[in-house]
Formats: sequence, structure tokens, C-alpha cells
Amino acid sequence: MTALAAGRRTASRSSGRLASEVTAAAGLLPFGALVVLFLLIPLGVVFAGALLDESGRPTLGGLAALGDPVVRSAFARSFELSAITAAVGAVLGAAVATVVAGSSPTSALRRVVVAACGVLSQFAGVPLAFALVATIGLSGVVTQLLGGAGVDLYASGVWLFDTPGLVLAYTCFQVPLMVIVFLPALDGVRPAWREASLTLGGTRWQHFRLVSVPVLAPAFTGALLLLFANALSAYATAAALVSQGSSIVPLQIRRALSSDVLVGQQDLASTLAVGMVLVVAVVMGAQALVQRRTARWLR
Amino acid sequence: MSRHHTGPRAGAGARTIRWTVLGVAAAAALVPLLAMLDFSTRTPTGGRSGQAWSSLATDPDLSAAILVSLQLALLTAVVVVALLLPTMLLVALRLSWARQPLELVCLLPLAVPAVVVVVGVAPVYAWVVHLLGSSPLNLVFVYAVLALPYAHRALAAGLGGLDLRTLVEAARSLGARWPDVVLKVVLPNLTGAVASTVVLVVAVVLGEFTVASLLGYDTLPVAINLVGKRDAELSVAASLASLVLAFVLLLGLSLLPVGRRRRAAPAAAVLSPTPAAPPGTGAPS
Repeated sequence: MTALAAGRRTASRSSGRLASEVTAAAGLLPFGALVVLFLLIPLGVVFAGALLDESGRPTLGGLAALGDPVVRSAFARSFELSAITAAVGAVLGAAVATVVAGSSPTSALRRVVVAACGVLSQFAGVPLAFALVATIGLSGVVTQLLGGAGVDLYASGVWLFDTPGLVLAYTCFQVPLMVIVFLPALDGVRPAWREASLTLGGTRWQHFRLVSVPVLAPAFTGALLLLFANALSAYATAAALVSQGSSIVPLQIRRALSSDVLVGQQDLASTLAVGMVLVVAVVMGAQALVQRRTARWLR
Repeated sequence: MSRHHTGPRAGAGARTIRWTVLGVAAAAALVPLLAMLDFSTRTPTGGRSGQAWSSLATDPDLSAAILVSLQLALLTAVVVVALLLPTMLLVALRLSWARQPLELVCLLPLAVPAVVVVVGVAPVYAWVVHLLGSSPLNLVFVYAVLALPYAHRALAAGLGGLDLRTLVEAARSLGARWPDVVLKVVLPNLTGAVASTVVLVVAVVLGEFTVASLLGYDTLPVAINLVGKRDAELSVAASLASLVLAFVLLLGLSLLPVGRRRRAAPAAAVLSPTPAAPPGTGAPS
């Protein structure tokens, strides 16, 4: 009897708890609506556009566009641009980060460098393109200074608004991004390790080669992959610099979107977008794996 | 003995390298800024003129775009804080199962290129325009999504520094109603994190070009790009102004305290686009 009553009481209490759990979960709705409408549905639209035909049946016809020579060369050029600027950015950025890591996290130097790198790497976009135009554009300040000294930057053609210009522009945001990504890893290196290797009679070079490099290698590789994905996804600087033509994938998406009067172009945009998402997903997945290794030492 | 010799010499060498790297980096950052200042104030005859800078406020295209971008930045900041903060509190207090899914969703925009988001969001915006009219302020929805990774990390850093449960239980047992708990107890403890969030959202919105340009809305970066085709000096002036503004915003961010107990979260960790927990909160290895 009492056991039964107690059982009933727990049952009603747990159903009450369930009800309040449901009420609480309902509180997720406004945020959930935003994410579903403006992130998840758009992603679904992209995949549907690439993988479904007009009648909604799955097709691989859209993906055939990825074999098109123009599209293939755009992906090749995107890969090339991303690989070069990731490598250059990682090396130069690591050098700057190493120098800055010597100062305390609250020092003025550190604050200024991190703020400047944050602006350049993530919020510059169009202004960065105009910074290049003002500096080394056809009538840029440095171009004219060098011209006065007899050096013609554009002796072999106007390269700023083509692939070499993109390499330079991308390097301008890849180096600062490397600084931001690599600094936390460098902060994880404990001074005690250095003291230990010096106490044991090792030289600075041995410490660098046998301790710093192995410990930081996973973080460096992860950052390299992140920089590659970042360059692949970038759009604003390239769009502002290259107003016509579509040498790289994001600019091909622009062309496909802006000429949507052509039948099937919207699907071309989706197909290119899916191609991009897949590449970025693979690179970011690899980055996450490397990141896990990084966490072993640098916490 | 030999260590006495190599010690100071290596130190001096390291110092030389250190200053060389810093000097080159500073030059690489400052030369373009000075070039922009020179470019935007020079005249064809070789004189100086503030024409481009005064046009920032008078040029009809640019001044309209500046107004749009500022409104959009503030609106997005309000929407992000109003939607994300209550959601994160709810998850922290009641729905612990939703913690990781929420973090995953918030970091997702980092892994999806903005140009891909545009392709998928264009049909959704056909509906938004149908329902709300074609104001550029419509961009607030997609901008709120793009700002989620930064906002989530800044707010999570703030919440991580609080003993939220104790705080809320104390307030509740003293008879506070839920709205009072959030507005009068939790929020005052999170001012640093909320301010960081606002700064980051504003920086994201003021710099965003991809979505606005491809959806056809004239925000500041879009206008800078368009104006550049007829008046390069004006565009360079506007570019310099927005770079300096973004720098001031982020420098201010690094001075904000986030969380009360722990030391301020390093700005580099908040800005980093790595979709992993900042150092110190990682899983034990």
C-alpha cells in the first residue's frame, strides 16, 4: 500500500520532471529557429541543389560539373594559391609569434600585435585590397617611389589584379592568422623544459631541435591546415582585387550566382559550393585530429 | 666555462633576431597604412587635400552605407546577445545534454565558407524579402549566424569563470523571479563577456562583404568596393578609416575583463578560428 503510493508519487514526480524538462527545452526554440532557418536549411539547399535533379530525385549529374576543365582548373588554382600562402604564412607567422610569445600576455606589445593581427586576418577583406592598391597599385605610393628610383614594379605586366596579386594579398591575412593561431600553442611551452635541457648541458640549438620542434610540430601542422582551409574559403579580398574573371573557385561561384538567368547555373553554384565544403571539411577534420595530438603536451 | 661564453653571446644574437623580426613586421604593417594616408590626401598637382576624407560624410553612396552598416552592427549585436545568452544559461542550468550540440552548432559557421552560405541562403532570403521587404537590415539574421563562433566563445569564457549554479540557487532561494535572476544577478556578473561579444559582433558585421555583396545589399564594404571604381582616393580613405576602427575595437577587446575568477581569456584565443576549446579547458590527455 505505502509502497504503491510511494511508487505513484515517484511516477508523478518523474512525469512532472519530464514536463518541466520539455518546457525548458522549449526555451531553445528562438535560437534554434535562427540556426535552422539561416544555417542548416541553407546548407541543405546547397547539397540539394548539387545532388538532386529538377524533379527532386538524387542525381550525380550536377557533380559531373566538377570534371569540367574550367572548374577543374579553378580548383587547381585555388589549391595552389592556398598551399603557397599557407606555407609562407605559417613560416613567417610562426617567426612573428615566437618573438611575441616572449612577452607577457598583458604586455602592450602583445595586445597591439594580437589586435592588429585580428583585424588583418578576419575583418579586413575589402579594405585590405585597397591598402594594396594604395601601396603598390599602378599609381600606388610605393610604386611611384620605386619608379622615381628607376625600379618598375610592373615591367613584366600588371600582376596585382591576377594570381600573383592574390598570392600577395592572401599572404597579408595568412601571416596574421598564423600569429593568432600559433600564439596559444607557444604559450603552452613551459620555460621549465628549456631550463631542464640547458641544465642537462644541452645547447640552445639542441633544445630547439630535440624539444621545441617535436612538441610544436603538431600545432604547426594543424595551423598549416587551418591556413589552407582559410585561404580556400576566402572571398572578399579576391573579389575586390579581381573585378572580372574567375580564376579561383569562390570567384566562379560569384559568376555562377550573378548569371542565374542561365538555366542550370544555380546548380553549378551549388555544385562548386559542395566541392568547397567537402574539401574544407576534409582539411578541418585532419586539423582536428592533429589538434588532439597537440593537446597531449600543450595544455 | 664554455657556457659562460655562449650564454650572453647567444642572448645577444637572439635579441638581434627578435628585433629584426619585429622591425620587419612593423614595417610591413605600417608602410601600407602610411601609403593609404598619403594616397587619400594627395592631389594630382602634388599638393595635399582633405577632400576624400570630408567626402566620407557627404558622398551619398558612402554615407548611406556607413549608416546602414552601423545600424546593422548594433542590431546584430542585440539579437546575438538576446538569443545566445539565455540559450547558453538555459543549457548550463537545465539542459546539460545540449551543451556539446550547442557548441558544435555555434562553431559550424567557421567550417562553412561564407560564399557557400550565400548560395544556400539566397532562396531563404527570397522569403525574407517577401515577408519583411527588402531592407538591408534583413542581413541581421545571417550576420547573427556568422557571428556565432566568436559570440559563443566570448560568452563561454565569461560563464566558465562564474559559479553559475550557486549564484542562481542563491537568488532563487531569496525569492527572485527568473527574469530578475537573469537581468539583475547573472548579467551584472557577465558584463565583460557581453561587452566582448558586442565588440566581436560589431567587428564581424562592419567587415562582412561576401554575403552583402552577393545578396545585393549596399553595406559599407560593398560601397567601398563600388566607389573604388570611380574615386580611388575616397575608397582608400574609407578603407583606412574602417581598418583603424576595427583595430581600436579589437584593442579595446583585449582590455576587457572576461570572467571574474580566472584571469582574462587571452584575446588570441577568442579570435582564433580553431574549432577547439581554448588551452586550459581541453580534455585531459
